[in-house]
Amino acid sequence: MDVRVDHVRKEFDRFPALHDVSLDIHSGELIALLGPSGSGKTTLLRLIAGLERPTAGKIFFGDEDASEKSVQERNIGFVFQHYALFRHMTILENVSFGLKVRPRSSRPAAGEIRKRAMELLDLVQLSGLEKRYPNQLSGGQRQRVALARALAIEPRVLLLDEPFGALDAQVRRDLRKWLREIHDRTGHTTVFVTHDQEEALELADRLCVMSQGRIEQVGSPDSVYDTPTSPFVFGFIGESSELPVNVDKGDIWLGDRPIGISSPEASGAARLFFRPHDIELVDNGAGLAGVVATSRRVGGTRRVELDIGGAGHRVEIDLPFDHPAGERTQIAFRPKRWTLFPPA
Amino acid sequence: MAADLTRRRWVAPTNEPFWVRALLVLIGVVFMALFLVMPLVAVFSEAFRQGFEGFVKALQQPDAQSAIRLTLLVAAIAVPLNVIFGIAASWAIAKFEFKGKAFLITLIDLPFSVSPVISGLVYVLLFGSGSILGPWLKANGVEILFAVPGIVLATIFVTFPFVARELIPLMQDQGSGDEEAALSLGASGWQTFFRVTLPNIKWGLLYGVLLCNARAMGEFGAVAVVSGKIRGQTTTMPLQVEMFYNEYQGTAAFALASLLALLALVTLVLKTALEWRFGDELAATGRGH
Amino acid sequence: MTARFRFRQPSVIPGFGLTFGFTLAYFSIIILIPLIALVLRASGIGFEGFWKAATDARVLASLRTSFVTALFAAAINVVFGTLIAWVLVRYRFPGRRIFDAMVDLPFALPTAVAGIALTAIYAPNGFVGQLVAPLGWRIAYTPVGIVIAMIFIGLPFVVRTIQPILEETSREVEEASATLGASRFQTISRVLLPSLTPAILTGFALAFARAVGEYGSVIFIAGNIPFVSEIAPLLIVIRLEEFNYTGAAVIATVMLLISFVMLFVINLIQAWSRRRYGYGS
Repeated sequence: MDVRVDHVRKEFDRFPALHDVSLDIHSGELIALLGPSGSGKTTLLRLIAGLERPTAGKIFFGDEDASEKSVQERNIGFVFQHYALFRHMTILENVSFGLKVRPRSSRPAAGEIRKRAMELLDLVQLSGLEKRYPNQLSGGQRQRVALARALAIEPRVLLLDEPFGALDAQVRRDLRKWLREIHDRTGHTTVFVTHDQEEALELADRLCVMSQGRIEQVGSPDSVYDTPTSPFVFGFIGESSELPVNVDKGDIWLGDRPIGISSPEASGAARLFFRPHDIELVDNGAGLAGVVATSRRVGGTRRVELDIGGAGHRVEIDLPFDHPAGERTQIAFRPKRWTLFPPA
Repeated sequence: MAADLTRRRWVAPTNEPFWVRALLVLIGVVFMALFLVMPLVAVFSEAFRQGFEGFVKALQQPDAQSAIRLTLLVAAIAVPLNVIFGIAASWAIAKFEFKGKAFLITLIDLPFSVSPVISGLVYVLLFGSGSILGPWLKANGVEILFAVPGIVLATIFVTFPFVARELIPLMQDQGSGDEEAALSLGASGWQTFFRVTLPNIKWGLLYGVLLCNARAMGEFGAVAVVSGKIRGQTTTMPLQVEMFYNEYQGTAAFALASLLALLALVTLVLKTALEWRFGDELAATGRGH
Repeated sequence: MTARFRFRQPSVIPGFGLTFGFTLAYFSIIILIPLIALVLRASGIGFEGFWKAATDARVLASLRTSFVTALFAAAINVVFGTLIAWVLVRYRFPGRRIFDAMVDLPFALPTAVAGIALTAIYAPNGFVGQLVAPLGWRIAYTPVGIVIAMIFIGLPFVVRTIQPILEETSREVEEASATLGASRFQTISRVLLPSLTPAILTGFALAFARAVGEYGSVIFIAGNIPFVSEIAPLLIVIRLEEFNYTGAAVIATVMLLISFVMLFVINLIQAWSRRRYGYGS
């Protein structure tokens, strides 16, 4: 099921939470809404679900205008950060609930409901726990029940709001992998909200990066990571260093020195962004020269903070872990891949 | 317009339609008006039925005056005693781990489950003429029943849990960290209590005292049983209300009752103010009774 | 190492002996010894005597009156108390905070005051009494009046037990129910109310226990006709006035037993609720 968000705006008590957002979600894809808190990602998800109503704009499910449909009519599956399980019902009753509340005409027989719920519990690897109550399960198990419950109504779209936000790091990693497997097996169009870029990069087919109620960039994890289109995305996804530079006749200068890279199209003041690992060391010739301020080993590399020039700009670069640089060592480097943005 | 027709279909998922909300609010408000507000209004309107002068005259009767004095006296003895008990019990329970603690907490709440009449009856059976202690007390001229000590005892019985049940959860929440720090800095036990613990629990304590006092001044059943209802001597305000009422002195009964109702209102206002202002410094549990 | 029985865990904080000793002594003098005196007096007449006194027709009638009226009052309070808790937690309307504070009035208002005030309203010449009098209905001086007084004193127990549970029930649960296709009515009847069951049961038990023992607010409005509108606590007082101390002690012991059973039931509900629902109301 394609979902199309068309120029949607949302205000809460005159306070804008989303400004004119448009987004196409493709059938069968797993897309992440990624952004810091307050970016509007959860609001967008709740608008798609029908839990909120847009101030302006429309939401289409396929070709059908769903904007005025109530949440019950939209037939979506929603998974909440804090599970929102029904605490007075067993696991089996929780999963069966969506089928049991259907009007009699479309409600499957009791035996059929039970069979389907048991299959779903099997899918989420919770067979044998159907008689337990939510209170008796761990956080990870509860979230899997919540997913099974959402899948039971055969939703047209599956929406997950920070589904792993309340879980420990290890459980979170396991569930992430497992959610991808379930998605690949069931093929539901899936939208999930997260503030964790690592989670989004690992899990999603496409990312939708949001900030302050606007969509900053939409694309595959690779394209968003490799070619960020805004300083915000560059800074939010992956690690980055930033320097204020000047472009003169295509050559890029920091202060009174050229740094050995050029950008023919640009001119004037600019912000230079690069990733700590996308650099090369230079022995002589133009480059960014700095003094090592701190140096620590991170896994297989050495992360070094450099003070550059007299103005006290500090950047991070990655060196091989056996690089002999110590504090106060002079190092010169050039970004291999970088982007220029206009000054803020 | 077609769009307008469909526009009405979206409904907020966790809200009832306006008419449902209005209806439920109306039912709730009417019920509360009927059972809570109206009795209160009735007390004051009956009290002033013969004008302000009638009201004042009723309260100037010697019986009413002595009832007010006795009620104040009883509360002035019973409340402080229960405050000391409440503090001691919550200190022992909140600051230490010992066997049978949960049972002790249940026991402290026991007077709430006992009918007020029984709370008075037990003292009649303990000190009355047919008891073991009765003849001895009589021989030595000690008057407990049908005298002030009996009234005080019955009042203490029914107000026994109020301070303790407010302080126990509060002090359990606060833990012993502050006290341990004070002791490690060289403070004595009493210094620690007065300078560290007491400031931490003062609002909770006040809350408990308020409720304890309201009940102490207003208790009827337990006191009725032990008082003997000797005019001008052993009648507290609620008992005097009953006496006036049974003697068809309606205005006097309601005038005295209006003072008690006023006390209840002041208690409610102070209690609510405490909850709004210091809600986080009061125990979350222990509301009610 | 042999495990030694330790009554108390060691602690650096002083004062255990003093406070614990005082607590026990005070509790014993005020509560325990008098209660024992009561039970001793009641059991002093032997089992047969006790049984005879406890099954006396007037005693049984008064117990029945107390029970039946308390049951009615608690049931009515559960319905309206739940509704009031819901309205106070969920809706914003003018005067909400005042009504919220007013719920505690029965805790603060002396029972005798409540008793005469309710009588004044519901007596045949009272504000409400004269409205229903033309219909041939009488409220005061009948068991209905007893129920009215018991509703008054029991209401806050129900509201104040349900209110905090409702406040901490997250909206997400209702939203989850809606996303699964449940109508608002289905969400309330199948999700919200069942999740409040332990709180509702506890509120019912508390209101019932309080109503059974209530005296002050009831005797004015009850009419106190033996076998019709005479409640058990009143019969205790009557026995005392007849200097029949043992008779009073027997009724009191029966009522005390009932109170303990109620207390036990309430604790069972809470233990069950904590285990299954994760909260003890």
